[in-house]
Amino acid sequence: MRKREKTGTFSKVLRYLKPYAGYVTATVILALAVVALTLAVPYLVGLCIDCIVAKGAVDYERLGNLFLITGGCTLLGALCQWLMSLCNNKIAYHVLADVRRDAFEKISRLPLRYLDSKAYGEIASTVIADAEQFSDGLLLGFTQLFTGITTIVGTLGMMLFLRPLIALVVVCITPLSLFIAKFIASRTYSLFRKQSEARAKQTAFIDEMIGNLKVVKAYTHEDENEKIFTSLNEDLRKTSLRAVFLSSTTNPSTRFVNSVVYAATALVGALTVVWTGGVFTVGNLSTILSYSNQYTKPFNEISEVIAEFQNALACAGRVFALIEEEEQISDEGLPALEKAEGNVSLEGVCFSYEKEHPLIEGLTVHAKAGERVAIVGPTGCGKTTLINLLMRFYDVQGGKICVDGNDVRSVTRESLRAHYGMVLQETWLKKATVRENLCMGKEDCTEEEMISAAKMAHAHSFIRRLPNGYDTVISDEGSLSQGQKQLLCIARIMLCLPPMLILDEATSSIDTRTEQKIQDAFAHLMKGRTSFIVAHRLSTVRSADVILVMQSGKIVDQGTHEELLSRGGLYAELYRAQFDGVIS
Amino acid sequence: MKHLISCMKTYQKEAILAPLFKLLEAALELVVPLVVAAIIDNGIGAGDKSYIVKACLLLVAFGGVGLAFSLTAQYFSARAAVGVSASLRGKLFSKIQSFSYAQIDGMGTSTFITRMTSDVNQVQTGVNMTLRLLLRSPFIVFGAMAMAFFVDARAALVFVGVIPLLAAVVFAVMGATMPLYKRVQERLDGVFLSTRENLAGVRVIRAFRRDDEEREEFSRRNGALSHAQKKVGKIAALTNPLTYVVLNLAAILLVYVGAIRVDAGVLEQGQVVALYGYLSQILVELVKLANLIVTITRAVTSQKRIGKILDEESEPSTLLSGGEREEGAFLRFENVTFSYGAGAPALDGVSFCVKEGETVGVIGGTGAGKSTLVNLIPRFYTATEGRVLFDGTDVRKIPAEALREEVAVVPQKAVLFKGSIRENLLWGNANCTDDDLNRAISIAQAEDIVAAKGGLDAEVAQEGKNLSGGQRQRLTIARALVRKPRVLILDDSSSALDYATDAKLREALKNTGSTLFLVSQRTASIRHADQILVLDDGELVGVGKHEELLKNCETYAEIHRSQFGEDV
Repeated sequence: MRKREKTGTFSKVLRYLKPYAGYVTATVILALAVVALTLAVPYLVGLCIDCIVAKGAVDYERLGNLFLITGGCTLLGALCQWLMSLCNNKIAYHVLADVRRDAFEKISRLPLRYLDSKAYGEIASTVIADAEQFSDGLLLGFTQLFTGITTIVGTLGMMLFLRPLIALVVVCITPLSLFIAKFIASRTYSLFRKQSEARAKQTAFIDEMIGNLKVVKAYTHEDENEKIFTSLNEDLRKTSLRAVFLSSTTNPSTRFVNSVVYAATALVGALTVVWTGGVFTVGNLSTILSYSNQYTKPFNEISEVIAEFQNALACAGRVFALIEEEEQISDEGLPALEKAEGNVSLEGVCFSYEKEHPLIEGLTVHAKAGERVAIVGPTGCGKTTLINLLMRFYDVQGGKICVDGNDVRSVTRESLRAHYGMVLQETWLKKATVRENLCMGKEDCTEEEMISAAKMAHAHSFIRRLPNGYDTVISDEGSLSQGQKQLLCIARIMLCLPPMLILDEATSSIDTRTEQKIQDAFAHLMKGRTSFIVAHRLSTVRSADVILVMQSGKIVDQGTHEELLSRGGLYAELYRAQFDGVIS
Repeated sequence: MKHLISCMKTYQKEAILAPLFKLLEAALELVVPLVVAAIIDNGIGAGDKSYIVKACLLLVAFGGVGLAFSLTAQYFSARAAVGVSASLRGKLFSKIQSFSYAQIDGMGTSTFITRMTSDVNQVQTGVNMTLRLLLRSPFIVFGAMAMAFFVDARAALVFVGVIPLLAAVVFAVMGATMPLYKRVQERLDGVFLSTRENLAGVRVIRAFRRDDEEREEFSRRNGALSHAQKKVGKIAALTNPLTYVVLNLAAILLVYVGAIRVDAGVLEQGQVVALYGYLSQILVELVKLANLIVTITRAVTSQKRIGKILDEESEPSTLLSGGEREEGAFLRFENVTFSYGAGAPALDGVSFCVKEGETVGVIGGTGAGKSTLVNLIPRFYTATEGRVLFDGTDVRKIPAEALREEVAVVPQKAVLFKGSIRENLLWGNANCTDDDLNRAISIAQAEDIVAAKGGLDAEVAQEGKNLSGGQRQRLTIARALVRKPRVLILDDSSSALDYATDAKLREALKNTGSTLFLVSQRTASIRHADQILVLDDGELVGVGKHEELLKNCETYAEIHRSQFGEDV
């Protein structure tokens, strides 16, 4: 990440911190107090030790006072530490919740153009994992860094105060540990990369073979797979061993440097006691040894914290990028579409997903209220795109779409969508009870209404057989078959009966016999409603008032089933491809 | 645990040496405060500078030797951990490959994959940390106490009091937070679910104008998560201040006892410093131990999940003994019933006979039991009741490998693997010549695909993603034909082909002499079969030829009408 981006991200982080400014100030003050009090204790213990010189030379009175002060410092230090943690938690978790809330609410304002272009997992991981990394790494990392640096400065200051020479020795040796850590880290990096390559190779193999285990077994290919797996496994073992071992050498090595620092401190300290003839006391030496231990500790942590910090900043960058993504044009202040009859007209509509590949160009269609419009054509001809435009999931780039004479862009999206009922090929169910899923479009419906809708959609009998009937919790990934899910989606629409309908391959996963049975229900549903039907099976579109035949974004023909058949052309060709079996 | 232990056996040497060297290193660390005490009492006390220098060099030497010990320990533990995880993966892979279809359905392939990857990694980290640290931390804690006794028994009594107290604090906090962490995880899952649903279901949510409700639900879940996090944070934040208080108060007590002992002439000043040093070491180790326990708990959970798979029974090669041939039809279903788990049977009392070389059509609605029926022939599933006989022998008596050599199934989902077209086809039979392959390709109507892709050595991407659905279907049919099976089953595997190609394919298949099962939703694809089995809700409701069934099987007639209308 470039420097400017980093500072940009950082200022956004500060914006999120602003409501918690009081807590941030408190944290900083408490952190300073904690460091000061923690550093005071070894000094006090050192003073205590100086009260215990030898047999008969123990100053109990002074010792008693020092004990009181030490105890006080300890309790106060512990209290500050606890309060600091509470403040940190408050800041970290609230900022996390705020960021997540903003990111989530953003999703509902983003255009589908953006959402369709990303994998769901990617956005979900930004909202969940990146936000978490950001709050963990940046906020907790920051306090750790802050206390770490204050500890270093504080211990160094105390050592300078006690004996500048010793401080100098310590300052000279410590960088060695940073150097070693960095040296190992750079070596480890390339080994870890090799390890993850070997792992990726093996995982891909596992994914492929275990994911398709049934095929493997059908071809009794287990032995061959075993051989390949064993060699991949051995490769991974070897690269892992190197990576794991090398990365585990960091701690012992820095520990070694620390012990050198400790020895050097002991050496210079002890000699100073001898040279100064006791002006620099044994208690001072004990204090300074304890400081030298405390001084080296943050160094080990800081390199980790910095790595985490970098990572957190990258995560924060992704979260903010999502939050700042361009939104769909707001429809605030626009009037709602009032009780439309369902006259839909598309006039000279142009649209493309990518500028270089124009998809729909100059499309004009007029559907009168109550008409049944079927759209057919080969894959990729723009059928589903048309539906995206009707529902205003996407906006037209040229021309306009009107409902009862109102340009759809001049009314609110919500009121427009309220006029449509939609069943898509890709069904989607919420993780909730069957009841909640069915009543999504009409929350105040009665039990009877719901059951009669389910019966019409031929979903009642299988719903009844579910473990808890209408109260069974179902989900998109659950055990329902694709066909059953489509039946539920159809029932869902039957319940809210909007004036216009969109059926995009709504029965593609339902077998033809059941489909035949729910045709009656569909006929009932479509009566008096403007309907747009996309279907692959031409048997389901024969009764439409008008059939639009689309090819590469254009309407190449339109008319009734009989007209189109008699005219020959693409429709007749498609029809024959499906029904040749009977005709021949 | 037994699987982990049996994997560890190969790395016995490493598993012993790693902690041993770690303990040697720890022992050196325990001596350090004594050396410092000696510097103070002998060096400073006597003003002996050379003693001080020697002692400090000794400290550096300890550090150096400690480094060597520690590196040795790290190496052995890395070797053991990596080795154990590799052998666990190997065992898992063979075990999973030996599972039956029913087991695969029951557990799901995605669990297999996570267990082989992330669970095994957890175990690797766990083993590594255990070997390195599990013995070390208690050793230092009790070692420090022992050393304190060595310095002065009276003063060391403070340690006896303080260690249990510290341990109590660390473990009480851990015990209190662990269930709370679980709750945090559950609530996080809720937040994740909301997010995912709003992305996957964005069209439906917008179409039904549910944005506000979804926002409210998210906000509720998000708040609950935050609340749980703060609660656990509050308790977890107690560890450091509490241990700090205990330790420092113990230090005061220690110095006080030390003062009395020095006053009495039993101890010297430097020894008090040493005792204080030991006390500090204990704190550091306890914190490490607490972290280690979290890692180990996670590894143990993963290890259990792995164990569950390894404990499963493999699918035996034959289920019944004996192999005497019975007279009768080539392929026979005798009153076969099958159910997946506890639910209603997927097939109920199905009986029929097939002569060798016949073509059999299988038709019915979704969920009628078509796939189930054909999967019983190569014994991917075993009949719950009744018998399936192949060539006069109960399929349960035929070794699975031998049976599957004779019966080839082309499944609904056309799966190809990464590699060349040739490699994919050789799955059918590794000893095939190119002529055999070309013959199979030609029957499967796949010549144009192979030609278009540039011959048998053309690359197929993972899962065959660089081929269309119809192309994949034809290649998977070719792969099955390479086996020259006696029974070939196409389980709705020509659905993506247009009518003309489908017809040519059926014609070519007829001439191979194999007994052919065609599973389809389309009556057009099976109308020419020698016999057609009509299934409805798991029951065989009609057997016969197309014309007969149209007349006397209402289900078949309905299916046919739904596809071609009344006019045909």
